[in-house]
Amino acid sequence: MLKKISKMPFRGTPEQAEKLQAVIDESKNDKSLLMHVMQQAQLIYGYLPYEVQKMIADGMDIPIEKVYGVSTFYAQFALSPKGEYNISVCLGTACYVKGSQGLLDKISEILGIGSGECTEDGKFSIEACRCIGACGLAPVLTVNDEVYGKLTTDDISGILAKYQA
Amino acid sequence: MEMVNIKINGMPFSVPNGITVLEAARYAGIDIPTLCYMKELNEIGACRICVVEVKGARSLVTACVFPVNEGMEILTNSERVRKARKTTLELILSTHNRKCLSCIRSTNCELQALCLEYGVEKPERFDGAVPESSFDDSMPHMVRDNSKCILCRRCVAACNNQAVSVIGANARGFDTHIGSAFERDVDRFACIACGQCIVNCPTGALYEKDDTGKVLAAINDPEKFVVVQTAPAVRAGLGEEFGYEIGTDVEGKMAAALRRLGFDKVFDTNFSADLTIMEESNELVERITKGGVLPMITSCSPGWIKYCEHYYPDQLDHLSTCKSPQQMFGATLKTWYAKNMGIDPAKIVSVSVMPCTAKKFEVGRDDQSASGYADVDISITTRELARMIKGAGINFRNLPDEAFDNPLGEGTGAAVIFGATGGVMEAALRTAVKNITGEEPADPNFTEVRGMDGVKEATYSVGGLDVKVCVASGTKNAKAVMEKVKNGECDYTFIEIMGCPGGCINGGGQPIVPASIKNFVDVKSLRASVLYNSDAAKQDRYSHENSAVKRVYDEFFGEPGSHVAHEVLHTSYVKRGIYKD
Repeated sequence: MLKKISKMPFRGTPEQAEKLQAVIDESKNDKSLLMHVMQQAQLIYGYLPYEVQKMIADGMDIPIEKVYGVSTFYAQFALSPKGEYNISVCLGTACYVKGSQGLLDKISEILGIGSGECTEDGKFSIEACRCIGACGLAPVLTVNDEVYGKLTTDDISGILAKYQA
Repeated sequence: MEMVNIKINGMPFSVPNGITVLEAARYAGIDIPTLCYMKELNEIGACRICVVEVKGARSLVTACVFPVNEGMEILTNSERVRKARKTTLELILSTHNRKCLSCIRSTNCELQALCLEYGVEKPERFDGAVPESSFDDSMPHMVRDNSKCILCRRCVAACNNQAVSVIGANARGFDTHIGSAFERDVDRFACIACGQCIVNCPTGALYEKDDTGKVLAAINDPEKFVVVQTAPAVRAGLGEEFGYEIGTDVEGKMAAALRRLGFDKVFDTNFSADLTIMEESNELVERITKGGVLPMITSCSPGWIKYCEHYYPDQLDHLSTCKSPQQMFGATLKTWYAKNMGIDPAKIVSVSVMPCTAKKFEVGRDDQSASGYADVDISITTRELARMIKGAGINFRNLPDEAFDNPLGEGTGAAVIFGATGGVMEAALRTAVKNITGEEPADPNFTEVRGMDGVKEATYSVGGLDVKVCVASGTKNAKAVMEKVKNGECDYTFIEIMGCPGGCINGGGQPIVPASIKNFVDVKSLRASVLYNSDAAKQDRYSHENSAVKRVYDEFFGEPGSHVAHEVLHTSYVKRGIYKD
């Protein structure tokens, strides 16, 4: 899957920039530490938007295209932020057989975003995940740490409503 | 050299140990097909078109990167090999935009050629999902059409080799695609327009923006006076498009063809290369004697200039303020020549034929319109000229050798070598020696600065003065030199930099030579030899001997570096960042 690039405006703070700069300063003499710096940057910002990759590229003296290439190659790097509420729909075998793709589609339809994306107000993000070990409750999804099981598509709007207030 | 005994298709050969199977096969007179492989540039063994059978090996091996060893038995043409190669081609074709009839690379496409060789009868055999492909025509010089891309990464390697790296492979698996960061157009980053990606592309995924339509429209407009100039390197490459061997000088036929295309005057950039030397050597002597910024760096190559502006914006004072020969020509054409001939410069269409794609960028730069009109209106590449000649039904090989028109068609030997790395330096030295000592050098050949090394250095004693010079070609080499300049770690007086490796003869606008030839033939040296032979054969080998140049100074500019010369022949530079947000 091609990664979605967030259209949300960058909301980085000076504190975050300072933290990232410290990581870069420690690593800039060894270009092989690029992935380490990217991982730390993702911990600081939650994702790796253009502004952050530019800081990394300039700090490490690596062309931004190369940083971007790495960020799109590895699944661990995100180009979209997580929302205040991150909805994770299980597409593991059991949940999939029980119709979890339908749940994912329904959520996408209501929120107007796809998997790997975040709503413009920063409230919700969606991701597809593999088995979370709750196959007995299939199909399941989680909203942050809360688990919802044995769902049908009719349950979705109710669940979302709880967080939309 | 340690040799090893191997067998290729059952025949014994003794070959140097450690060379690749691909190279070893040459000893047996066998070409193994390649797509992604470019010697010393892209040795990644990715496309798998070069697979061969090696006795005892578990699977087929990639000949381009697999080294030979003692006793190795290789089959390059077995049923299994042929089938694997054909399947690889069919798989590549499954996502390839197969509009070959209208493709700019038709008949010069490495993929097309292999499909013919391997008898691919059903290109649609594996048709299925096709990834969404991007299209980027944001730069004035080129187009990237990923629907024709086979992901060989030769363009990426070429871009890295220029220390530019504005394109790369993004995403992974089926979604892998060539592009720029964050899927933005390449003009938002620091692309230098060198076109090295284009000349390394095996297919039609990267190509120059074709401006031949604009040229034809101008020629067909009876109100317009259409003048063409041709850069030195064009005559050293154009013949390849018409079946001549690499390294054939086609200057005479080129002039004849241009005349038959309908240009009103067929002139030569060699004229303004000589003019450049007059201005540049004067500027150098002034900088030396008046304490100006040194080292001074040449400014003929627009790819290099753009590189410097993007990556070394604080070092622009080192650049000679001289316009490039292309622009000096246009400026002189629309000022002195227009006045002399009584032609309104508004009616002149100034066309250049260049081995270069960055020239398409250069014609649109600011501070390049001495007459009030653009010095050069349209710049086309060597490839586009070939296309025009073919399209006009001109039988190039049967043309007589003709001469350029006068007066702006006159050039010396110093000018013609501008097209090869070290040529501008050599030409400048010939005249600088005269300027400093009052006498011409005993030998016009400054051979230390010739040749295809990426960075060359030499020191010359001129009138008791030690002049230390450096010549670099390819912006990666330029970068190494510029780091020294920036950090004050060198004592060069004068530096020549050309943006493309080897100089203009290997420019991004030159005929495209397939990797199967490039990997084994030194194309750059062959093309450069055309220019050096032409220089050696010329009566006049010093720019200051060019009678047309002398006349223009007498009638118009006065002295090199005069006020008028500055107004018409010099320019300014722009500090650019590496991002355009």
